Amino acid sequence: MLPIVKYLWLIPALPLLAAGLAALLKKERRASAATLAIGSMSISFLLALAAFLPTLSHGEHGVFRECFNFTWFEFADNTFQSASTVQLGWVLDPLTAMMLVMVTFVGLLIFIYSVGYMAHDENFTRFFCFLALFAAAMLGIVIANSLLLLFISWELVGLASYLLIGFWYHKPSAAAAAKKAFITTRVGDMGFLLGMLWLYSKTGTLLFYDGGNGCLEQSALIKLVAETTMCGMAISTAISILIFCGAAGKSGQVPLHVWLPDAMEGPTPVSALIHAATMVAAGVFLMARIYPLLSASADPATISTGLKVVAWVGSITAVFAACIAVAQNDIKRILAYSTVSQLGYMMLGLGVGGVAVGMFHLITHAFFKALLFLGSGSVIHGCHEEQDIRKMGGLRILMPITFATYAIGMLALCGFPLLFSGFWSKDEILASAHHWQISQIPFYLGVIGAFLTAFYMTRQMFYVFFGSPTVSPAAVADTKAKHSHNPHSSHSHEPATSIHESPPVMTMPLVILAVFAVLLGLIGTPAWPWFHGYLAGHSPKVDLGKLAEDAGLMLVSAVVVFTAMGLSWLVYSKVTLQKSREVDPLEKAQPFFWRLLANKFYIDELYEVTIIRLNKAFSVLSDWLDRTFWTGVVTMISHLTVGLSWLSRKIDEDLVNGGFDHGCDGLRESSRNLSKAQNGQTQFYFRVLGIAFVALVLALIWRAK
Amino acid sequence: MNLLTILTLIPLIGGAAVLSLKADQKDLARRLGLAISLIALGMAAFLWFQFNPSPGTNGFAFEERADWLPSLGIEYRLGVDGLGLLMVCLSALLVPFSMLASWKIDQNPKLYFGLLLFLEAGLFGTFTALNFFHWFIFWELSLIPAFFLIKIWGGPNRTQAAYQFFVYTLVGSVAMLLSFLAINVATGINSPAHIFDFRALAELAGNHKLEPIIAKLGIFKNPSTTMTVLFAGVFLGFAVKVPLIPFHTWLPSAYSEAPTGTSMMLTGAMSKMGVYGFLRILLPIFPEQTRAMLTPLLWMAVATIVFSAAAAFAQKDLKRMVAYSSINHLGYCMLGIFATVQLTGSQMNGPLEKEAALNGVILQMFNHGLTAAALFYFVGLIEQRSGGLRGLNDFGGLRKPAPVFCGLMGITLFASLGLPGLNGFIGEFLIFKGAFSLAPGPAAVSTIGLLVTAIFLLTLLQKVFSGPLRSEWSGWRDLTAGERLTVVPMIALMFVLGLYPQLALGVINPTVVEMVKQMSF
Repeated sequence: MLPIVKYLWLIPALPLLAAGLAALLKKERRASAATLAIGSMSISFLLALAAFLPTLSHGEHGVFRECFNFTWFEFADNTFQSASTVQLGWVLDPLTAMMLVMVTFVGLLIFIYSVGYMAHDENFTRFFCFLALFAAAMLGIVIANSLLLLFISWELVGLASYLLIGFWYHKPSAAAAAKKAFITTRVGDMGFLLGMLWLYSKTGTLLFYDGGNGCLEQSALIKLVAETTMCGMAISTAISILIFCGAAGKSGQVPLHVWLPDAMEGPTPVSALIHAATMVAAGVFLMARIYPLLSASADPATISTGLKVVAWVGSITAVFAACIAVAQNDIKRILAYSTVSQLGYMMLGLGVGGVAVGMFHLITHAFFKALLFLGSGSVIHGCHEEQDIRKMGGLRILMPITFATYAIGMLALCGFPLLFSGFWSKDEILASAHHWQISQIPFYLGVIGAFLTAFYMTRQMFYVFFGSPTVSPAAVADTKAKHSHNPHSSHSHEPATSIHESPPVMTMPLVILAVFAVLLGLIGTPAWPWFHGYLAGHSPKVDLGKLAEDAGLMLVSAVVVFTAMGLSWLVYSKVTLQKSREVDPLEKAQPFFWRLLANKFYIDELYEVTIIRLNKAFSVLSDWLDRTFWTGVVTMISHLTVGLSWLSRKIDEDLVNGGFDHGCDGLRESSRNLSKAQNGQTQFYFRVLGIAFVALVLALIWRAK
Repeated sequence: MNLLTILTLIPLIGGAAVLSLKADQKDLARRLGLAISLIALGMAAFLWFQFNPSPGTNGFAFEERADWLPSLGIEYRLGVDGLGLLMVCLSALLVPFSMLASWKIDQNPKLYFGLLLFLEAGLFGTFTALNFFHWFIFWELSLIPAFFLIKIWGGPNRTQAAYQFFVYTLVGSVAMLLSFLAINVATGINSPAHIFDFRALAELAGNHKLEPIIAKLGIFKNPSTTMTVLFAGVFLGFAVKVPLIPFHTWLPSAYSEAPTGTSMMLTGAMSKMGVYGFLRILLPIFPEQTRAMLTPLLWMAVATIVFSAAAAFAQKDLKRMVAYSSINHLGYCMLGIFATVQLTGSQMNGPLEKEAALNGVILQMFNHGLTAAALFYFVGLIEQRSGGLRGLNDFGGLRKPAPVFCGLMGITLFASLGLPGLNGFIGEFLIFKGAFSLAPGPAAVSTIGLLVTAIFLLTLLQKVFSGPLRSEWSGWRDLTAGERLTVVPMIALMFVLGLYPQLALGVINPTVVEMVKQMSF
């Protein structure tokens, strides 16, 4: 075994250690906390690179895969051998290695960026503690070779996300959003838990790979496919759909997407790291990890129901969220909905095209979406916590670096042809959807989603960066010199008075991310699909001819993107010049649809009146049962007991005692009467004796007759 | 060495010693009480490390036997297996914790600390006894100090709560006593010896010989009806103690009226007596009766889990909320216990799943004791600092003046909702692993409880610690050094058990394997 495999656990353990140490630090030790977090993340990044190298070479048997397993605890008779223990472990394969590099690299950049963004926050130390905890848990998900270890890390990621969304806990909205995120994802996690338990009881192991005995390996899969549940579904499918519930919760798939936009209450680096690049992608990663189980079906020629579910949910999410994004005005919320939509694409890609298709979009998206979020953070930072895009404008002059990098991120997200990574990854998803045997609808949904994405991103660009700034650059430079602000001071009402470019510690990560947002596309073009080969364990050759094969579809998607951008330009280029931008031109045209979209299809309200109210009603009912019903029963029993006691006293006093007393009285009376007879007069005795004797004689005579 | 007798005698004699102090020696009473409880803890720790049952003892160690009234089957018999030992350690751990939480009590502290020690003696006695006779004495003995602790030092409605608690539990106990007397009488008919010994009775039951013996009583024509009635009596005794819904109505008021230290003992240790009874007595002696009632029992456990979680969500009083959450957590134990009674027949992995569930149950008992006691401790601190307020909506933003308080209480809350890495998770995972295979329906419905628990515990965290700080609490004190010292060992233990559960499971598992072997169905 390679030493790097044996020591793979160090990659999550280092940030965990940093988090633990930072938790013990005093508030004032800001520099130490940041150093700990960034230092541990840098080492983890280097280790991740070291782990990445061996996975590049693949052997005869396909992909490189080595794992290290150990026993955590025992819970049964050891005659059951390994089934009586819970085993954990980690695995190094291309999927893990690639995610490790992505998470540590993007994470590192975001950590660095946070030093600038959070510079004025009083809980700076705590922030880095939570960030490091998050990174540790996320890396735990990535290296896990056991569904249980993955689940454990998964829950810890949820915890870190909870802590970071609610980081500005004095804001009630942040506290509420944190709770909502934790609980909504936990709804999905209950499905995950049940799926895991089911898998465990069927296979006796939760290790993915264990020299042929793992639950993702041939022998276990054959067993799972052969058995069917009540409704004729293979057990493998039922289990993977349950696990998909968990993935849908974390990855914000419809109908569990509601928490993700609210999660934007957290600091922007958090949104970038957790709610764009890494954690929300964990659901997609999970599905990629259990892909052998997900795609298993009795007849290899048919597509498993699990894959169909994933593809459908993904495609619906992609369009659904893109629609909502069109009518949002908060810069981060637009990005949040776009994240939901892109996660839908990843799921769609995974469902219709396999691991590589979904994962490629995950990786490219991680870079360009982190870029966009950090860019939006820079914008928000520059505009003094203003997040409403209608109140911004002309920032392209005031914040040139932010503008340039943001534009790159935006073009990547829109899928601007050929130059940007997003184009290649999205195009591949559409191509796979186009070739899907089951239905063409996901493909059309994907195309509509692409159109909407290009439309709302262009709209956002116009609002934020175009038009004219209300202040001259000179004035800006003036105020820049004496700028001092608090990142969570109340919203400034005159954002344009002191807008400034962010410090280099914030712009430098933007530039690096922008470079990757462009270049990453090169590793996954149809002409040289290195990425797919890497994941599948073969080396593809450069074949420009492939480009021509897909040219038709690329042309379609290019036309779609250009049309959307053009339309958006037509609608919004004028608006940005107007003074009053409160009413969107689309709102004027279609007030009803606009309101529907602006209110997110009223999903939150729907949940409010259904699930949440039901839960409340049920708890009130339980409380009532307790206070009134059960207590009533008990009170009744106690009254009954008291009544019985009263009755038995009555019986005692009047019947039993009474009877006794009567008896006694009678006895006493008769004794008294008897004692009268004993009056001591001998004549009286003889008289009685005589009478008795006579009576006796008479009786005998009478008898003798 | 009569180690277990000594263990029980330490708090018994110590309690008497504390009571014999003069009324004005308040500080001495507290210190002496704490010292004695620490000695008992040391003793329990000693037993923990010495525990190494020799083969052929069915997993029991430190056994002691002495004839008492042999003709009536009364024998002084002690012994602990993994289950008993863990419960002894839990009780020994919670008493000093509870004493530290009660340090500020100024009204007759010598009586308070003395009663706590008597309570501890009752717990030790219950968890070590293997003969019904003195087991029952200790079982009842623990009730009396608890009654006075609530009655004298409790909240405004303490009298009612104390009586409700006492009478309720007593009714259950009397029903159980009657059942055992009937068994004792039946075993004596046409036989030289009466039987009160748990393990002898379990053996009879395991060999299907108990029912013919009970038939001799001739109460009902059908001996199985007699068995069912006796089962119902014993069941009632334990179901009230745990409690299972609907035998739980004494609990919310008793827990919320009791002084903090007593609530900690009630939930931490005394509720375990009921679960312990199910494992040690009800299942081994009445396996078939339990199985005959399995479906209703399983759903009773599910109802306990779901309704108590939902009721907790509706509470506006922190103490009542934690009290309901306590019922909820014990509901998982009951789910696990009942699931193991399921007939597995040809299913290969039946015993494996049962062992998983029972390991989870016992671990959960310990974990819940730890976590719930710590939660009551924190709520007690909140009440102390706010001058008696403990409403869910009375606070807000306390995290700002009291970050350590919030952090440590937050850890405890997350332990309680079963976050991996903390102690609560492993127990629940194992229970669900076993229960899901043995009784999929009830187990699946029970996950609602896991979800609702998260909802109300996070609501607590949100309402008390987040949001803007209310002006009246701007002077809120963070945890003092003493308070940190009190609670940090508990929290450290939560992490230890969460990360290295083998520490406890190493002791529990052999016992569980033995239990499942004896169930043999």
